[in-house]
Amino acid sequence: MKLIVAILQPEKLEDVLQELDREEIYLKTVSNVLGCGRQKGHTEVYRGRRETGNLLKKVRLEIGVNEKYVEPTIRAIIRGAKTGAIGDGKIFVLDLAECVRIRTGERGGEAIG
Amino acid sequence: MINTGDTAWILISTALVMMMTAPGLAFFYGGLVRRKNVLATMMQSFFVLCLLSIQWILWGYSLAFGPDIGHFIGSLAWFGLRGVTMAPNPDYAATIPHLLFMVYQMMFAVITPALITGAFAERMKFSTYAVFTLVWATLVYDPICHWVWGAGGWLRNMGALDFAGGTVVHISSGIAALVCALVLGKRRGYGREPMSPHNLPLTILGAALLWFGWFGFNAGSALGANELAVWAFIATNTSAAAAGLTWMFIEWKVIGKPTILGGATGAVAGLVAITPAAGFVSPLSAICIGVLVSIVCYTAVAVIKLKFGYDDSLDAFGVHGVGGTVGALATGLFAQKIINSAGNNGLFFGNANLLLTQAIGAGAAMIYSIAVTFILLKILDAVMGLRVPDEEEVVGLDITQHEESAYTLLD
Repeated sequence: MKLIVAILQPEKLEDVLQELDREEIYLKTVSNVLGCGRQKGHTEVYRGRRETGNLLKKVRLEIGVNEKYVEPTIRAIIRGAKTGAIGDGKIFVLDLAECVRIRTGERGGEAIG
Repeated sequence: MINTGDTAWILISTALVMMMTAPGLAFFYGGLVRRKNVLATMMQSFFVLCLLSIQWILWGYSLAFGPDIGHFIGSLAWFGLRGVTMAPNPDYAATIPHLLFMVYQMMFAVITPALITGAFAERMKFSTYAVFTLVWATLVYDPICHWVWGAGGWLRNMGALDFAGGTVVHISSGIAALVCALVLGKRRGYGREPMSPHNLPLTILGAALLWFGWFGFNAGSALGANELAVWAFIATNTSAAAAGLTWMFIEWKVIGKPTILGGATGAVAGLVAITPAAGFVSPLSAICIGVLVSIVCYTAVAVIKLKFGYDDSLDAFGVHGVGGTVGALATGLFAQKIINSAGNNGLFFGNANLLLTQAIGAGAAMIYSIAVTFILLKILDAVMGLRVPDEEEVVGLDITQHEESAYTLLD
């Protein structure tokens, strides 16, 4: 099992979710985060004081998947999120040691989907 | 003889000026600080509203406006409003109840110490702040108020003009703010960590409420529903507008974009500067005053403060101290007797003496406020401590001073 974590541009979230639905990947968690990579932050000015390199708004998407869904998920995210510009984001694939469905107590691959 | 029109207008003006402290200043300052300090910042305004409302009734009004002692201070003859009745007091306002004049002036006494809080935002102990405010109001505001407005006050006798409190309110608090900023020192991380306003919508709302309330502050200082109030009303709005525009244009040119914080700050600076002049100058003069103060205060806030590196966190000195001084001197330039026959003519209208009188008034208030504020701070630092400890400053004043949190973590 793997946990896929993707950091995305907020405007691309809708497209990514649509692409994931097409691959029948329905279970996900989305959160608002701040971050930056190569994309420098905006400059803000307050009463003459300049502040550069502010963190930008991003969206974090987390999906737990069984092995055979890893590549389809990655491709779906890329299809939805890619624009070609700096700031498109990143996908991290982490090993997932265990997954438990709270309602039924199921574990492992059955609990993921 | 009580005039019901005058009384109605001054009642409303009293409420308008009260609103300038809370919610006006509370929001204006609250939005400028970091999220973890917003409640503590607003608390300082709210608390002073409650505290000074009582202080004024007990001894503040008497010291400021009571029977004169040595042209310096009033006596305590009016302690607890003894001797202050509904009958008008012609020394102050001939057509409204004396008690109404008292409560109108109360709102000025309330907002003045509240202005200082901008200088030590995000780092002062609340308990020390409470004591500081009470003592400062009694030892600094009440005397200076007496000098300028009290019957027998030496600056009033000398002919210094302060229509609604440029010296009494803005210079006294603005220069005290500078002293506080220097004595307390900079916030931890100032210059390195980001300390942007956490909620500019609150700040803009506060600025707009201040502008609205300022009509009561200035036009109400005509102490009647009359032509002078109309002149003061127009001058107030005009100066605010001219100053707001000027600040935005300066930013457009210097930074590249006008900001709403700049527009709001400029407008407030314009309101500060017109405060001593409102009932003495023409609308066209008000435009000049607004433009002038915006240029000076912009320089103070965006150039001088950064260059010298002191942490006047919310620009209490840069806007109120500097703006009040510009206004007091501008009164000496632009005053016209045809606007207010009880006033005088300024330099541009044939009388050089007024400018000198204005400078003396401003200078005296500054020196006195600096001295007493400094001594008071040093005593309080030794006895109670002025600043919160480092760890508390990091966690934030809302939690450490008040055990409250402004916004829940989850929406």
